[in-house]
Amino acid sequence: MSQELSKATFLGYRRENGRVGVRNHVIILPVDDLSNAACEAVASAIPGTMALPHPYGRLQFGADLDLHFRTLIGTGANPNVAAVVVIGIENQWAQKVADGIAATGKPVSAFGIEQHGDHETIMNASRVAKEYLQWASELRREEAPLNELWVSTKCGESDTTSGCGANPTVGNAFDKMYPYGTTLLFGETSEITGGEHLVAARCRNDEVRERFMFMFDRYQELIERHKTSDLSDSQPTKGNIEGGLTTIEEKALGNIQKIGKECLVDGVLDKAEEPSGPGLWFMDSSSAAAEMVTLAAAAGYVVHFFPTGQGNIIGNPILPVIKLCANPRTVRTMSEHIDVDVSALLRREMTPDEAGDALLDCMFRTANGRLTCAEALGHREFVLTRLYESA
Amino acid sequence: MIDFVVHDEGDSVGVVVVEGVKAGDEVTGWIMDQDKDIRFTAASDIPIGHKLAIRPLKAGDTVIKYGIDIGKVVADIGPGEHAHVHNIKTKRW
Repeated sequence: MSQELSKATFLGYRRENGRVGVRNHVIILPVDDLSNAACEAVASAIPGTMALPHPYGRLQFGADLDLHFRTLIGTGANPNVAAVVVIGIENQWAQKVADGIAATGKPVSAFGIEQHGDHETIMNASRVAKEYLQWASELRREEAPLNELWVSTKCGESDTTSGCGANPTVGNAFDKMYPYGTTLLFGETSEITGGEHLVAARCRNDEVRERFMFMFDRYQELIERHKTSDLSDSQPTKGNIEGGLTTIEEKALGNIQKIGKECLVDGVLDKAEEPSGPGLWFMDSSSAAAEMVTLAAAAGYVVHFFPTGQGNIIGNPILPVIKLCANPRTVRTMSEHIDVDVSALLRREMTPDEAGDALLDCMFRTANGRLTCAEALGHREFVLTRLYESA
Repeated sequence: MIDFVVHDEGDSVGVVVVEGVKAGDEVTGWIMDQDKDIRFTAASDIPIGHKLAIRPLKAGDTVIKYGIDIGKVVADIGPGEHAHVHNIKTKRW
């Protein structure tokens, strides 16, 4: 397949700002916890739209509030989204989120609940949501080159098979796409512990390396500040340990197989920050699956590779999550969650190159419109990262 | 038939990739980086995904996997024995 990648195309939706999405969602986006009910009522009144409920957005401040806005605006701005209805308890913050999304040129409207109540807000927002849905339904997919596809990765419920099977498969696919100017992403800052020197060595230049080490050290300080014995079985997790992973170092070395052997780390992003050009980007992020995938979606990524060992079942409302697995027991017991079975790798019946090609085949089919297992099963985990307590 | 895989021939441990390995079983390993086979006798029951020691390891030794340090031995591990959280700990945190 790699020979053909130079000419490879996918069918996507070209948005007003030139970016290309692979889904065509009309989303109803709450600014805060209080607005979830109205958003869900609109999505229920206008089937075909989707509400993204979440528990935050009140009395946050400083960097934590900045991240909240960046994540909501980034989610609405993602090219997998055609149009957005924003609802908040207060009009000003709803308008702030809508203005951020409007910079992409896509249709967006804001509604504040105060002085209207749920009923009137739901009625007004539903009228707009219906217009957006009908408008979006006439958009058509068009051919776009591979370098317009943004692909993120993060693994979860990893075990030892992740490090020798599923993660190197992502690495193989990344190495194949990288020369063609694809925009790629990895993260999971704490899960690089023990392999940070290997990532640092792959950074394109000293400036990128310093920024990576700054993000890495910052996360280590956070962990040192709050740590308990064995991090309360959170890193590695109970599932990781059940799957045979013993230490964070072992988990990290498996984790970083996802960035392959050849591609360089071209830049470092803060959480939910959009990359400024093609290449492989590192995003400072939690290693919790739904948090990291939500941040990747907010940064503008349109397809996600999710290798798993013990069987993480995560999805995302707007970012199709492709799961691959090399553990034969998981593939047998949880087959409905696995898009790409690479267990033959560990029987030496499949080469890493063949596994990478199988993943790329699935990626193109997914980009062209095939639903992932997580989409078909209705997994829509939308989880905002918090930095500290509300005021 | 591959029962366990080893990333690099300098590693201290391999990963069992089949279900049902029992103490006394003859198991075949594949060293991936060098593409070599090795044979071993399992000295413990080892679940799929879990590690077996492929050399004797003493408390205080460094455990090598992927050719790199993954932690320290805290209780001696004989060749073919189950190597996990009961005898290996992180050097971090």
